[in-house]
Amino acid sequence: MRAKDACGRFGEELATSHLISQGLIVLDRNWRCDVGEVDIVAREGDVLVICEVKTRSSRRFGSPLEAITAAKAARLRRLAARWVSEHDVRPSQIRIDVVGIVVGNGVAHDVEHVRGAIG
Amino acid sequence: MSTASAHTVTLTGVQGHVVRVEVDAAAGIPGMTVVGLPDTAVREARDRVRSAISNSGATWKSCKVTVSLSPASVRKRGSGFDLALACACLAAFDAVPHDALGKWVLIGELGLDGSVRPVRGVLPMVLAAVRAGRSQLLVAEASGGEAALVPGAEVAVVDSLDEAVDVLRGEVAARWADAVTPHSQVDEELDLRDVNGQQTPRFAVEVAAAGGHHLLMHGAPGAGKSLLAERLPSLLPALSEDEILEVTAIHSVYGALRPERPMVVRPPFQAPHHTATAVALVGGGTGIARPGAVSLAHHGVLFLDEAPEFDRHVLDTLRQPMERGSVTLARGDATVTYPARFQLVLAANPCPCGKANSRALACSCTPDQKRRYGARLSGPLLDRVDLHVPVMPITRAELVDGRGGEPSAAVRQRVLAARARAHARFADVPWTCNAQIPGPELRRSHRVSADALAIVLDEVGRGRLSGRGVDRVLRVAWTIADLKGIDQPGLGEVSSAVSLRGGGLPWAA
Repeated sequence: MRAKDACGRFGEELATSHLISQGLIVLDRNWRCDVGEVDIVAREGDVLVICEVKTRSSRRFGSPLEAITAAKAARLRRLAARWVSEHDVRPSQIRIDVVGIVVGNGVAHDVEHVRGAIG
Repeated sequence: MSTASAHTVTLTGVQGHVVRVEVDAAAGIPGMTVVGLPDTAVREARDRVRSAISNSGATWKSCKVTVSLSPASVRKRGSGFDLALACACLAAFDAVPHDALGKWVLIGELGLDGSVRPVRGVLPMVLAAVRAGRSQLLVAEASGGEAALVPGAEVAVVDSLDEAVDVLRGEVAARWADAVTPHSQVDEELDLRDVNGQQTPRFAVEVAAAGGHHLLMHGAPGAGKSLLAERLPSLLPALSEDEILEVTAIHSVYGALRPERPMVVRPPFQAPHHTATAVALVGGGTGIARPGAVSLAHHGVLFLDEAPEFDRHVLDTLRQPMERGSVTLARGDATVTYPARFQLVLAANPCPCGKANSRALACSCTPDQKRRYGARLSGPLLDRVDLHVPVMPITRAELVDGRGGEPSAAVRQRVLAARARAHARFADVPWTCNAQIPGPELRRSHRVSADALAIVLDEVGRGRLSGRGVDRVLRVAWTIADLKGIDQPGLGEVSSAVSLRGGGLPWAA
C-alpha cells in the first residue's frame, strides 16, 4: 500500500469513528460502482448521509475541504442517487457531508465535519 | 464567522453608484462566491483579496464565503472593489470590529502582497459617495490628492491592507489627505510671444478665445498654424471650480491624471493625430464606453491638424457633440453620456502637396486632387466653424524681427474683459459666449447698425454669404465689439467679421 493510500485509509477510519461518536449509524463503507466510490454511507435519524472523506498530511496545500471541486461534487450527487436506487431504500432526505482531516504527527488530528456541504 | 458589510463605489461612465459589499462567512466547502452582477475584474477580486489577506499578516479563514454586491441591478466594474471586499471579509472573520466599517467608503485595488493601489476614476467615485451622504473615504495613497478635491470629502490614505486594518481598528491615526488648492499647480503654458508676425491669424485666435468660436486656419505647411492653435488655451480663462471637477472627472475616468497633478485647472488641449479612429475621437470600446478626445477636450480646445486627412466619417462623428455639448455612447453593458463642450480648431493645408498659394514653390497638385481634398471638409462641419482664416508664410522681415509677439497674458486680459462684457448681456440666458447664441435670438436681441447690416446684405446679394453665414458673421462681429469694448458692432466690426470668414480656400464658401 502506498503512503498516500495509507493516509486516506487512516483518515476514513478516523472519520467513521467521528461519525459514530456524533450519533450517526454507518450503513456502508467504500461502496463502489462504475460511477465511483462512496467513502461512507450513514444514517442520522431519517436522513441518509453520503459522506466523502478527504485526508491530508498537512495544510501546506490548503484545507482538505478545498479539494472538493465542482466535478467531485457532481459525482457525489450521482453516487448518492445510485446508492439509493441499488439498495431499495426510501430515505425522506438525502444529505451529502464532507469530512476533512488533517493528520497530526502525534495524537491530535484535525477533524472537520461539514453537514450538507454539497447542496 | 458571521456577516459584515462595507461600502465602495462603481462607475458607469462618469456616473458613480455607492455599492454595498456584503460578506457572509459560513461553514462549508471553502471558497468564495461573488453575486450581484460583477464584471470580470470584480470576480477576479476574490483571488487577489485572498492572497492579499494571507500575505498581509491577517488570516484567511477556510470557510464558505458568499459576497453579495447591492444594488444587484447595477453592473459592478473595475478593480476598486478589492479594498472594500478585503475589509468586509476581515470583519466577517472578526479580525476587524463590525461597526468600524459603517461610516467608511473604501476604494482601492489590492496587490497580492497586500499593498493598496490607486484606481482610475477616483474623483467621480468620491463625488458620488459624498452626494450619497457618505463623506468619509479610505483610498490608496496615490489617489489621495485627487479624492480630496471634492468639497466636503474627508479622505484618509493608506498604502497597505495592514494599515487599513489598523485604521479601522482605531490602532493608528488615519492619515488625512490635504486638498490640493486648485490654482497652486499650473503647468507652464505655451505663450503667444513665441509667434512672430501673423497679425491676422493672431487676431482670429484672440476672437476665437473671446467668443468661443470654432476656428479653421489654412495655409502652407510651416506657416505657424499649429503654433497658433497650441497657444489658444493660454488665452482662455481658468476653469471655474465646477468646471475643474467636471473636466478632472473625465480625465480621471480615462486614466490621464498623474498623482502629482491630480486635477485639470487650465482648459485642456487635445490634438489627436489624423489617423485617429471614430472611437478615439468620440469615445467607445467594449463593455462600457471610455471617453474620447472630444470629452478630454471638454471646456478646452480640440485641435485637428491636417483636418482634411482625417477620415470623412470620423470627422462627421464630431457633429453630435458639437451640437449637444455631450456624446452619448451606447454599448452592451450601459449607455453613458460624457460631456464634450469643446472649442474646435481645424488646420488645413491649401492642397495635398501644401504648396498652393505659396510665393515661391509651384503646386504639383491637379485641379481634381485639390477639389477632392477640399471636399473632405465640406458641409455641416464647416458650417459650424465661425472663423476661417488664411495663414500666410512668415515674411523675412517678421522672421528677423527678434522682438516676438504680444505675450499671452496681455491678450488674455482683453479676452477676459470681452467675456465679461458678453456675460453681462447673457444674465438670463443659458448660453455663456457669443458663439452659442441661437440664430433667432441673435436677430431679435443683437441688432447691429443699419450701415453695418448693409455690408452683410451686400455679401448675401453677391452670393458669398448664406443665411447661416450671416448669423456667423454677426456672432463674430459681436465678439469683436466686446473686444473693443463698444456696445454695438458698427461698420468696422462687421467688416472685420466678414473678412475673418473669408476665402482663399476653394471650399471655404
